[in-house]
Amino acid sequence: MSTTVAFEKARAEGRAALVGYLPAGYPSVDGSITAIRAMVEAGVDAVEIGLPYSDPLIDGPVIQSAVDAALKAGTTTTDVLRVVEAVAATGAPAVVMSYWNPLDRYGAAAFARDLAAAGGSGVITPDLTPDADDSWIPAAREHGLDTVFLVAPSSTDERIAMTTSACRGFVYATSVMGVTGTRAQVGDAAAGLVARTKATTDLPVAVGLGVSNGAQAAEIAAFADGVVAGSAFVRRLLEATDLAAGVASVAELAADLAGGVRAR
Amino acid sequence: MDTRPDPGHVLSADRADRPGRFGPYGGRYVPEALIAALDELDREYTAAKQDPAFTSELDHLLTTYTGRPTPVTEAARFGAEAAGGARVLLKREDLNHTGSHKINNVLGQALLTKRIGKPRVIAETGAGQHGVATATAAALMGLECVIYMGEEDTRRQALNVARMRLLGATVVPVTTGSRTLKDAINEALRDWVTNVATTNYVFGTVAGPHPFPTLVRDLQRIIGVEARQQVLDLTGRLPDAVAACVGGGSNAIGIFHAFVDDPDVALYGFEAGGDGVATGRHAATITAGSPGVLHGARSYLLQDDMGQTIESHSISAGLDYPGVGPEHAWLKDTGRATYEPVDDADAMEAFRLLCRTEGIIPAIESSHALAGARRLGERLGPDATILVNLSGRGDKDVDTAAKWFGLMDESGEVAP
Ligand SMILES: Cc1ncc(COP(=O)(O)O)c(C=O)c1O
Repeated sequence: MSTTVAFEKARAEGRAALVGYLPAGYPSVDGSITAIRAMVEAGVDAVEIGLPYSDPLIDGPVIQSAVDAALKAGTTTTDVLRVVEAVAATGAPAVVMSYWNPLDRYGAAAFARDLAAAGGSGVITPDLTPDADDSWIPAAREHGLDTVFLVAPSSTDERIAMTTSACRGFVYATSVMGVTGTRAQVGDAAAGLVARTKATTDLPVAVGLGVSNGAQAAEIAAFADGVVAGSAFVRRLLEATDLAAGVASVAELAADLAGGVRAR
Repeated sequence: MDTRPDPGHVLSADRADRPGRFGPYGGRYVPEALIAALDELDREYTAAKQDPAFTSELDHLLTTYTGRPTPVTEAARFGAEAAGGARVLLKREDLNHTGSHKINNVLGQALLTKRIGKPRVIAETGAGQHGVATATAAALMGLECVIYMGEEDTRRQALNVARMRLLGATVVPVTTGSRTLKDAINEALRDWVTNVATTNYVFGTVAGPHPFPTLVRDLQRIIGVEARQQVLDLTGRLPDAVAACVGGGSNAIGIFHAFVDDPDVALYGFEAGGDGVATGRHAATITAGSPGVLHGARSYLLQDDMGQTIESHSISAGLDYPGVGPEHAWLKDTGRATYEPVDDADAMEAFRLLCRTEGIIPAIESSHALAGARRLGERLGPDATILVNLSGRGDKDVDTAAKWFGLMDESGEVAP
């Protein structure tokens, strides 16, 4: 399924889509597949699969420690593609979340080709704006991959328009100025940012950074087309005593959040 | 004599055809959240460098606070006894207030921060010199100051941690990754993304996203502008070679830039070879790295097949960085500058020799340039003149050096 279909399906049900993030390779490559599958079964509509990177400069301590562990365990880009393949087989759209250098190193064209072949839907690039580099967008277009770029509260209206015109699939709105991590409150800036973004595009707009429970998901679902949760899922795995407990805890959170996006 | 027209204020140095790009290198690979702040910095800097009020305030500080111009010192005994008889001239950035070239950059960026109207500055530091310089400028200008420093470096450079704290800065030891400069930059960028409305990031070298490589280079360019004229005045001609150590590359670009259009002046950057490039434990980014993106810019970096950054190693905290500024990548590819590694042992031997022959204790960073100058002296012979950027003084390194030379044991007891 493509991300577009997943967002349309949610829209047809009169609700926001739920997007869940977990990094590939934590606690192991197979463990991440199990956890992501559980997330999908419990109600996540689309999955972001994190490609572990040594210098994750927009990630807070929770995601940092999981990707550090994934890298120490030797997770490779090829492993990430294997996770994508396993997740795509569930029918849920699988989008890779990756910093630019690992993709640049793999080769933008080669990565787009191999991701498409694995059944991946697209890539979210947190440190690559559409105007930063000429190589990614053409490669992604050639293979029909979604290019998901971020907009931020600090973005000017001109930059939001430039960014959304380069997006395919959906637009990722970062609700607060800051790094990933769960927060007690969703930023006040989020609703305004979503409104400014929607003024420039018909694409669905998903809001991320800080969502950790069903109540917050419901709050965001009132004004956005999608709710992204990442650190909260990762924390469930980090705090679990073993994989089975972690997977159960991930599923429990997914169900809570899935209830949240349906709360209206 | 130099017959070129006066280029105006030294800050007007742009030669990139596209702003922020040096051939394929440089650019801006950052989260969207930071773009507005980088644009603001770029805009304010572009306006400031044409504003006589700004440039004269900066010049005034450089003269009355930093102590510029720094002298060029003839290192006659070092040249004769340690560098193949070549004529070695030292550009004395070690004599700057706070002990290194870092202050040149920081005063400019702190003035810019005030111009933008932000009350808080953050910075990363490796050796602590950039942190000390930033804490100094923040104290001078009444700015709140937070310095990120790898935990490993807070141990190696404990004296500088104390200096920063005395100056009123908060020092945050960074415990992620390799616990050195690379991780300090990550943490500083995370702080900046979070607090960008009130905070300016005073970046310490010519790496990072645009406009930092240009901004920091322009602020360090004074080194070469002064040195070129000083060498002409002293010797009647240009040097045959210019040598500098390269961490991120700010002191090197600072002294190189005024010579880039002098084809007969060879430019040499000396990277930290650590235990030796062959061992894999080094920080020789240009020598042994490959092009990629780290900390917001395309340049050479130490990375594995997956594009993961490889941790660097050097006895010198200030050179212990797996990246390098994009303009150096371009100078390397175009052949205008040459980059070579100097390993820990060679740097420490040059350190010892400068102490003994000239009565100058150099920073271990700068000792890499001195070791490079020794090599160049052997190669070029006694007729050659070599200008060395002595980027900093070694007070902060006395502990490391005393242990290296067995003058002190690991617990800090003085040897009998
Ligand atoms: C004295 C001295 N020289 C050189 C460096 C390396 O930095 P750069 O390559 O930016 O000059 C440092 C960094 O801390 C330093 O303290």
